[in-house]
Amino acid sequence: MNALSGYNFAYLDEQTKRMIRRAILKAVAIPGHQVPFGSREMPLPYGWGTGGIQVTAAVLGPSDVLKVIDQGADDTTNAVSIRRFFGRTAGVRTTTATAEATLIQTRHRIPETALREDQIIVYQVPQPEPLSKLEPSRAETRRMHGLAEYGLMHVKLYEDITRFGHVSISYDYPVLVNSRYLMAPSPIPAFDNPKMHMMPALQLFGAGREKRIYAVPPYTAVKSLDFDDHPFRTTRAPHACGLCGATDSYLDEVVTDDRGGRLFVCSDTDHCETRRAAGHVGAEAPTADELAAE
Amino acid sequence: MAYVAVKGGERAIDNAHAWLAEDRRGDPAVAEIGTDQIAEQLGRAVDRVMAEGSLYDRELAALAIKQAQGDLIEAAFLLRAYRTTLPRFAYSRPVDTAAMQIRRRISAVFKDLPGGQVLGPTYDYTHRLLDFALAAGGQPPPAPEAPADDMRMPRVSDILGHEGLIERDGAPDGEPGDLTREPLAFPAGRDLRLQALARGDEGFLLALGYSTQRGWGGTHPFVGEIRLGEVSVEIEPPELGFAIDIGDMTLTECQMVNQFAGSKTVPPQFTRGYGLAFGHAERKAMAMALVDRAMRAEELGEDVKAPAQNIEFVLYHSDNIEATGFVEHLKLPHYVDFQSELETVRRMRADAMRMQEAAE
Amino acid sequence: MTNETLLSARGLSLSFGAIPALVDVDADLWPGEVLAVVGESGSGKSTLLNVLSGRLRQQDGVVWYRDPEGRLHDVHAMPQPALRALHRSDWGFVHQNPRENLRMSVSAGGNVGERLMAQGSRHYGNIREAAIDWLRQVEIDADRVDDLPRTFSGGMLQRLQIARTLVTHPRLVFMDEPTGGLDVSVQARLLDLIRSLVRRLDIAVVLVTHDLSVARLLAHRIMVMQRGRVVESGLTDQVLDDPHHAYTQLLVSSVLQA
Repeated sequence: MNALSGYNFAYLDEQTKRMIRRAILKAVAIPGHQVPFGSREMPLPYGWGTGGIQVTAAVLGPSDVLKVIDQGADDTTNAVSIRRFFGRTAGVRTTTATAEATLIQTRHRIPETALREDQIIVYQVPQPEPLSKLEPSRAETRRMHGLAEYGLMHVKLYEDITRFGHVSISYDYPVLVNSRYLMAPSPIPAFDNPKMHMMPALQLFGAGREKRIYAVPPYTAVKSLDFDDHPFRTTRAPHACGLCGATDSYLDEVVTDDRGGRLFVCSDTDHCETRRAAGHVGAEAPTADELAAE
Repeated sequence: MAYVAVKGGERAIDNAHAWLAEDRRGDPAVAEIGTDQIAEQLGRAVDRVMAEGSLYDRELAALAIKQAQGDLIEAAFLLRAYRTTLPRFAYSRPVDTAAMQIRRRISAVFKDLPGGQVLGPTYDYTHRLLDFALAAGGQPPPAPEAPADDMRMPRVSDILGHEGLIERDGAPDGEPGDLTREPLAFPAGRDLRLQALARGDEGFLLALGYSTQRGWGGTHPFVGEIRLGEVSVEIEPPELGFAIDIGDMTLTECQMVNQFAGSKTVPPQFTRGYGLAFGHAERKAMAMALVDRAMRAEELGEDVKAPAQNIEFVLYHSDNIEATGFVEHLKLPHYVDFQSELETVRRMRADAMRMQEAAE
Repeated sequence: MTNETLLSARGLSLSFGAIPALVDVDADLWPGEVLAVVGESGSGKSTLLNVLSGRLRQQDGVVWYRDPEGRLHDVHAMPQPALRALHRSDWGFVHQNPRENLRMSVSAGGNVGERLMAQGSRHYGNIREAAIDWLRQVEIDADRVDDLPRTFSGGMLQRLQIARTLVTHPRLVFMDEPTGGLDVSVQARLLDLIRSLVRRLDIAVVLVTHDLSVARLLAHRIMVMQRGRVVESGLTDQVLDDPHHAYTQLLVSSVLQA
């Protein structure tokens, strides 16, 4: 792919990249702490990954292999759009294979394939402040982080258990990083939270509209908040993937008709394809005849 | 001199208007813009003016935009002022958005669903790079076309409703009210609230909707579905006794799926926010759906703390024609009131100075 | 009582513009003692409460606090985190309006449990048990534990605020007109409750009130303030039965008349 003429490598100018890299270094040094940064106007709208794009642009090199996913899939429109953006502005090699990528930008999922030390995962973050739903004032939440006053978050969990019998947060489930900072993991399903704990890869988080960057360095403790007698639990749809038969992956629910028909398939498309290529077959997978007919 | 002009001088006003007309026309060496060009090529501006002007007429809206030099609030004002003069023949039957001729239909809550995701003509995945080729003009290559299929596109709210996962539409409580005929009173029912939002200022609703996302009255929204396309409008004249189709209109509908209410004993259900706007107006419909849901806080037993949840605050300030009128009225002479203020301040100052002198 | 004060103030002065709110005020509080600060509105009593508790900074003078290990701290020189930690552990603050302190959209149990969770309690069952125990101690039915405070009466809200404050067993509680705004019959019940809790738990209290009968019922000692100055202080009964300062005499007589 040819890089877009008239723009610097990966769109942002080098000064801006340096500014973002300084924020990233600070974020890595203080795991889970939100570092304000001079988020730029991007040619994509706020809320569509401008934070992740800026972080990616700042750490991307010509030899990187980029994978972009949205909701776990490489083929969702926003993932395609962002991958194209970097294809045009940086000309880097892109891939859909998790294992081949050196840099993975994601919205709302962590790949099922375990990440390695030589990989970086960049999360797009709509709301970096984990306390925002409990305390709207950012001046106050900053103070709460500074003093590690997180009782309020536990009050929220307490109330959930009291009302519903369990914690009702199903995504963007708050975590405590390195036993110090409360952090929003971005709207990944709680199912993915355990993958963040002691992950060998560097995890970077970019929030463009809210102008914050934060990070979890490799091999850092990430604990999902809970009570001793109500430990954190993950949930997934109680089905096997209709295409590859996986029983341990996070599933998307596809509506097949308006009479309640549903098909459950892996949300991580690369994971599903890799499994199918290795011969795993789900109950709803098309037969060889059906494939031939297409 | 200026005051005399404001106070009366008809000549001054006529001169100002003549100047305005000249200013509007711009350099006569540049070809004059036609309202057909505006209607065809500035379609989103036309849509917004129709929505906020509460009148579905592309030609008139285009004219208003031309007349207002592209000032969209001014154009909506022109349309409103025209609309209010029109006789009212009938109220239409409720339009059926389930039967919409779809140009665009997306859902953020299901990866795929009957009828599929249809991107349609959207800016969503364009890169916002100025396209200098557009400045030079020319015809775009024709967009690829697929044969129309008659696949049904059930609304996502109906799909979720099938399992009881989402609240049903509220039963209509008699005939909906009409804001343009009856002044707003409180408590305002959802019919009036939706009406006010539908003609409310896009920017104001956008900011309020945004504030709910940032913690000021959060509603945990998901876009259940956005659909854009044509619906037919029907009226049922009493003398006929059956409905007749009087034409099509373009609508954008947003069904927002929001946080569940419920408890250990009452099964939780998703709740809904609803947005509907004339024309292709996704931002407006989405913001409207967020604010609609936020204003239901009290009804759903949530705390009412944030601006977007305050029905009175929202409804009283969403109308940009009202707002621009009152803000800009400050330009009018206020010298009588100001004079009385002047006198009061002078008297208070004199008293204070006398006290000061007496103290010394 | 030991010889060592829990809280000591010397030479506190503060003015708002030309208006003196505190003029050279000294105060001492011993463990387990209830000290009432009385005066009319504008006398400086609430300002004194806010300065003593570190919520407001004086222009002159110092406030010393002795922690459970016997170390003295200059309250206004403490780092913000330490002061905030103090406020949710060894100290408590009861506001006149309980809505200022309670979370109205959080259940009674959550309100009482918050300070425990802030201190690191991570066992739901234990927190809930403690909350129920405290609701009982402030005479609220245990089956209200999951109810939202907005369903509570004014007197119940005030008792809930007290439970929320005392759950961490503070040694020192600041109270600002705790019975203000309540019906007389509700006031009497609340005063009884505060008196018995304070005695049983051996809590020291700085109590601000304009109501001398409240002071007489609860306080060991009393300070009378007028225009930012302490005009008279001593044992409650002595001061109220035999007031020396003309202003105190006026206050006492106006109560008798009323």
